[in-house]
Amino acid sequence: MLQSAINVLFQGRNFIRLLEGLWITVRISLLSVLLSIILGILLGFIMTKKNPVIRVITKIYLEFVRIMPQLVLLFLVYFGLSKSLHINLSGEFSAILVFTIWGTAEMGDLVRGALESIPIHQYESGRALGLTEKQLYMNVILPQTFRRLIPQSMNLVTRMIKTTSLVVLIGVVEVVKVGQQIIEASRLTAPLAAIIIYTTIFFMYFIICFPLSKFAGRLEQRWKD
Amino acid sequence: MNTNSKDNILQIKNLEKGFDQTTILNNLSLEVKKGEVVVILGPSGCGKSTLLRCINGLETIQNGEILLNGENIRESKQAMYAIRQKIGMVFQSYDLFPHMNILDNITLGPVKAQGRKKEEVRREAEQLLERVGLLDKVNAYPRQLSGGQKQRVAIVRALCMHPEIMLFDEVTAALDPEMVREVLDVMLELAKQGTTMLIVTHEMSFARAIADRIIFLDGGSIVEESEPEMFFTNPSTERARKFLDVFTFENVHNIETE
Repeated sequence: MLQSAINVLFQGRNFIRLLEGLWITVRISLLSVLLSIILGILLGFIMTKKNPVIRVITKIYLEFVRIMPQLVLLFLVYFGLSKSLHINLSGEFSAILVFTIWGTAEMGDLVRGALESIPIHQYESGRALGLTEKQLYMNVILPQTFRRLIPQSMNLVTRMIKTTSLVVLIGVVEVVKVGQQIIEASRLTAPLAAIIIYTTIFFMYFIICFPLSKFAGRLEQRWKD
Repeated sequence: MNTNSKDNILQIKNLEKGFDQTTILNNLSLEVKKGEVVVILGPSGCGKSTLLRCINGLETIQNGEILLNGENIRESKQAMYAIRQKIGMVFQSYDLFPHMNILDNITLGPVKAQGRKKEEVRREAEQLLERVGLLDKVNAYPRQLSGGQKQRVAIVRALCMHPEIMLFDEVTAALDPEMVREVLDVMLELAKQGTTMLIVTHEMSFARAIADRIIFLDGGSIVEESEPEMFFTNPSTERARKFLDVFTFENVHNIETE
């Protein structure tokens, strides 16, 4: 029984198809993470501003994204926009859009926290040395900010990668969907295929996420201050 | 610039500083000569630290002028960067940059702000570190140093910029008692070499030993200004006398035997 299930994994192009599905997952995550980091750093700087209007707007944005389940956001963008405004976005594009909106908010808050955690003395002793604001940020503030950011932002990145499995529900054929298709196709011949396929998918996620958190852990060790 | 202010490195004229409604510094004027060591004393909240921070442009001022070698430090933002390089400042919290080793902490300012050659600065940094007994820490990180050692490095970091005047803002206040001495010794050494210094401290016997002149601040203005011996033995104002009383204690046992 189990043998036939394992055979399903390597039958025809099944394994290749899984890898292709994984590539879709990785592509969506990678693009969203990249955009979130860039936009999040900008947002983080904006969030440290004392201006009350900026404060309120960024707070609403952050809370909205946090309270809203990612799935609802996905449905809102993918189905909502096409129904109400007749804007038809592809599933993958909608996914990247939603994950970027989410990631930017979370990343922005992390950057804000890291920036605000740098003691005021660091700014002052840099200025007292006659550094210009740019030199101060490049040499003193940002290097420390990034060191503080690493653990939490890596946590966010792995969370984002895992959450991309939701895109199945807006019709994107990524690794989980491919797995389901393979299971469906062989459910009469190999009923145990589900275990094998999902275990394989588990290891695929693990292989992507584990080195990331390991890498982050090592950076954190090296940069401990 | 008039002639009688020629040997004044620092001139403060009618400085006013306040937050919202409260006045911190009130019409304060002060001159510091080249090579002079001026110690500023006063109760907490009298504006001592704020005064130093104004001189270095870390605080905005409402009125008055601060001149370094006759140059107004608030001429422009560009001038401010240049002038800060000529004013060394050491803070209470030994605030080295935690992500850099000791050498990089010291060379950052000279290399980035002053555009000097890294190699030349490194040699000077090592010489200065040797003088304060910390040459073996050149590649260490701040977290590996004790408070007193960090503060000595902070002094070296300021000195390496070749400042014309050094400002010390309660540099021993956050140190364990047994580490105070090593930092004060470095400052005494600097005084002997003729460094111009403006010191805020609560170490009274140190103030007496190092100062050429004592400035007593209260309520944001100078209440008394005199030679250290004069100030500590026979202060001319009631306010200063009361302040000094805080630092002397009655002997409990003598009272019992009487």
